[in-house]
Amino acid sequence: MLFHSIFFYFFSFVAVTSAVLVVLSRNTVYSVLFLILVFISISILFIMIGAEFLGMIILIVYVGAVAVLFLFVVMMIKVTEQKVKENIKKSFINNTSVASVIGTIIFLELLIVISGWKYKDTFNPLLSLKLNKNISNTHELGNIIYTDYIHLFQISGLILLIAMIGAITLTFSKRENVKRQNYFDQIQRDKNSAVTLVEVENDKGVKLDD
Amino acid sequence: MTEIGLGHYLTLAAIIFTIGIVGIFLNRKNVIIILMSIELILLSVNINLVSFSIYLQNIVGQVFTLFILTVAAAEAAVGLAIIVIYYKNKGSIDVEQISSLKG
Repeated sequence: MLFHSIFFYFFSFVAVTSAVLVVLSRNTVYSVLFLILVFISISILFIMIGAEFLGMIILIVYVGAVAVLFLFVVMMIKVTEQKVKENIKKSFINNTSVASVIGTIIFLELLIVISGWKYKDTFNPLLSLKLNKNISNTHELGNIIYTDYIHLFQISGLILLIAMIGAITLTFSKRENVKRQNYFDQIQRDKNSAVTLVEVENDKGVKLDD
Repeated sequence: MTEIGLGHYLTLAAIIFTIGIVGIFLNRKNVIIILMSIELILLSVNINLVSFSIYLQNIVGQVFTLFILTVAAAEAAVGLAIIVIYYKNKGSIDVEQISSLKG
């Protein structure tokens, strides 16, 4: 149990620190890299607590796909680096004060909810971390996803399909000076429009222009 | 202190959630950072769901975490596509200059 707490404090410290750095760092590429660090440490926490499948899925989906997508977009877009503002507004309400006030309020509310949580008598919040010793976490998830939650599962696949179509349609652009295939024109060509027969006289060339 | 319970995980999720919210407000230069803050918020919700699922011995929380993951990936893809097309049209993704809808 001691190792569990040491690992928990270490990885949650890494996660919180790099989450702060995601928000605060001036270079956007560094922000994406710190975001990857947050995801990795949270996935290690998930694996440690006993949700191995979700930890691995977070590694694959977030670190492998989403973060790389962010990196690609950051590379394609010329991002202006956040400079120290020259024209600092002297007014009391700027975004730093608003952010600190709202952040404090939300954090205190969340802490009130967490600390005021009343546990059931039979519930042990320090329980050992294994749902079922006999079958693995992946097996257990598969048992329930493909039976009770099959409709939600398929709808989530549909959401992914729609997101893919939407992203492609948004970023698709027709470029000039690119020869494309036009199937109907190509199929409708026949002998009359494509071939002309020319009588060639002796010692004279053929004008191909007309 | 050495026993890690449900409260520790919930506190961690609350801290990351707050960092995400503050990041949205604090950032005035870059839309991509706002998208990353939204990802942080969704991640903290996932932490909550997984820790409750483990400590209540109920697997359904992890199923819903999977669905949240799906929606987060879709949202990131569409959001980044919108950013790319906006940059193509306007040449900048500065938050303070995005005011076309203001009229």
